[in-house]
Amino acid sequence: MSQAATPSDVASVYLQHGPYGQGHDPHGHGHADARGHGAGGPAPKRVIVGYGFWVFLLSDIVMFSAFFAAYAVLAHATAGGPTGKQLFDLNRVAIETACLLVSSFTCGLGYVAATRRRQLETQFWMLVTGLFGLVFVGLEVLEFYEMIQQGAGPGRSAFLSAFFALVGCHGLHVTVGGLWLGTMMAQIWFKGFKPPIMRRLLCFNLFWHALDIIWVALFTIVYLLGAGA
Amino acid sequence: MSGHDEDWEYDDAAPGDEHAGGSGFSAIQVYLLGFLLAIGLTVASFWIAGSNAVWGPGIPAALLSLAVAQMGVHLVFFLHITSGPENTNNTLALAFGVLVVLVIVVGSVWIMAHLNHNLMTLDQMKRMQH
Repeated sequence: MSQAATPSDVASVYLQHGPYGQGHDPHGHGHADARGHGAGGPAPKRVIVGYGFWVFLLSDIVMFSAFFAAYAVLAHATAGGPTGKQLFDLNRVAIETACLLVSSFTCGLGYVAATRRRQLETQFWMLVTGLFGLVFVGLEVLEFYEMIQQGAGPGRSAFLSAFFALVGCHGLHVTVGGLWLGTMMAQIWFKGFKPPIMRRLLCFNLFWHALDIIWVALFTIVYLLGAGA
Repeated sequence: MSGHDEDWEYDDAAPGDEHAGGSGFSAIQVYLLGFLLAIGLTVASFWIAGSNAVWGPGIPAALLSLAVAQMGVHLVFFLHITSGPENTNNTLALAFGVLVVLVIVVGSVWIMAHLNHNLMTLDQMKRMQH
């Protein structure tokens, strides 16, 4: 912020010196030591971007909570069709859970490697992350396919509508996350660890970890409680 | 622009930033610790759901507690959300998000569970029209 005054620079000068300009600076060092607090000036872009993305993720989680609420209300409305206990295969869910957890971990390792500017290590961990994500999505598609083959598609009962909406929405997020992951790998490879790329990588990491948090709620409420009920 | 680590001297932390010099663990050790804790909690969840070790009616409560614990582990060890002053904004946003989630989920379940109880029956409604 040394070249040109941004609106927040102007605002900070206004707040420190009042509306009539100079002359009210008892300590004599202006805002040169601004450290990102209030009138001191804007926080660094990395913090602003990360915070903004964090707020987006929380809103995404709020959207998921609506799907969870719908599922919780409709879980027993099977309309004479199959119940969760008959449909869910907990072994497959355990493998899916392991895939997503490992990919969340390797995603973190990739980020640590990126902060240390290690190209090959970053690419390796991100590739592992993507492969585990792919296995996860594959298993989920297989599950959906088998259920629809058995006549337990989303149109069968309110329970299954809510199930496909909730689990499918999460699977869609993982798929989009996988595409984003591939894009990030290419950008890191061709453009290097520039600050904008690192900010995107930070956001991607937050996204991927948040998906795992949602999966924790999902496998507990939908699969484990559903199979036990 | 110096390019790297341009803002480590600032006081606010972005969510996901590992904190320099806070815990005494390296970044990888923090991820590893979180990973091991998450594995333990996941295994416990699947084991409780598939065994008779816990008293039947207590299983949902046990599973929900394990899930909340695991979400906490993910938040602290993977997303690096802490209670420290540099994380105040992130924590406040999270607290508000949790509040909205609870209102939506608990509110929906609560209302829908009492819907039949609170609605008038068709007979009562007909009687009111006279």
